[in-house]
Amino acid sequence: MIRVGVQTAPIDLADALAGIEAAGMGGIASFTGLVRADDGVATLTLEHYPGMTEAALQAVAEAAAARWSLGAVTILHRVGTMHPGERIVFVGTAAAHRAEALAACSYCIDRLKTDAPFWKREATEAGERWVEPRAADDSAARGWE
Amino acid sequence: MAVRLLYFAWVREAVGIGEEMLDPPPEAATLDALIDWLATLSAGHATAFADRTRLRAAVDQHFVAMDAPVAGAREIAIFPPVTGG
Repeated sequence: MIRVGVQTAPIDLADALAGIEAAGMGGIASFTGLVRADDGVATLTLEHYPGMTEAALQAVAEAAAARWSLGAVTILHRVGTMHPGERIVFVGTAAAHRAEALAACSYCIDRLKTDAPFWKREATEAGERWVEPRAADDSAARGWE
Repeated sequence: MAVRLLYFAWVREAVGIGEEMLDPPPEAATLDALIDWLATLSAGHATAFADRTRLRAAVDQHFVAMDAPVAGAREIAIFPPVTGG
């Protein structure tokens, strides 16, 4: 029921959602993050820590499954170079009712921001820069403790 | 004992390589002490490790604090705060 993936290929939403729906539960929640075109970003490149990243995603999914009664959890994260509008992350959860599915989905996306070893690099016409972490991400993740 | 050092994001760019096998001296017993020693290895290392507040680390693929012991570690990664999702 837990599926995690780190991939350079585009995220296939139909496939990802089909996997969640196959759990046969009544409530499906999902979150899809897209690359924003903020400040003239032309490309966004995600670097990660192979091996540790997959384990971190698995740990987040397992923690969600331990906290809520879930039929399925899927976390997919893209790495490599992407353009604005492309999907960068997908989280999907299945539970008997909506409240658990929505809460578990929200939990996973908050934890991903602080628990998984990804680093973002933005390229604009003015040059390239590494994205700094946001204090709001830390406080969102701590809110679940 | 030799340990595999991994660097990511701007730490990797400053050091100039993504990984290296090193045999740190016995006094490099915590991450802080190890980073002090790493900073002496080259100008690139010195630049990468100049501001400790901008660094995070993992020992054998688990996030740890900078005062964590490193004895017996097989793989130590040093990198900026993470920015995924």
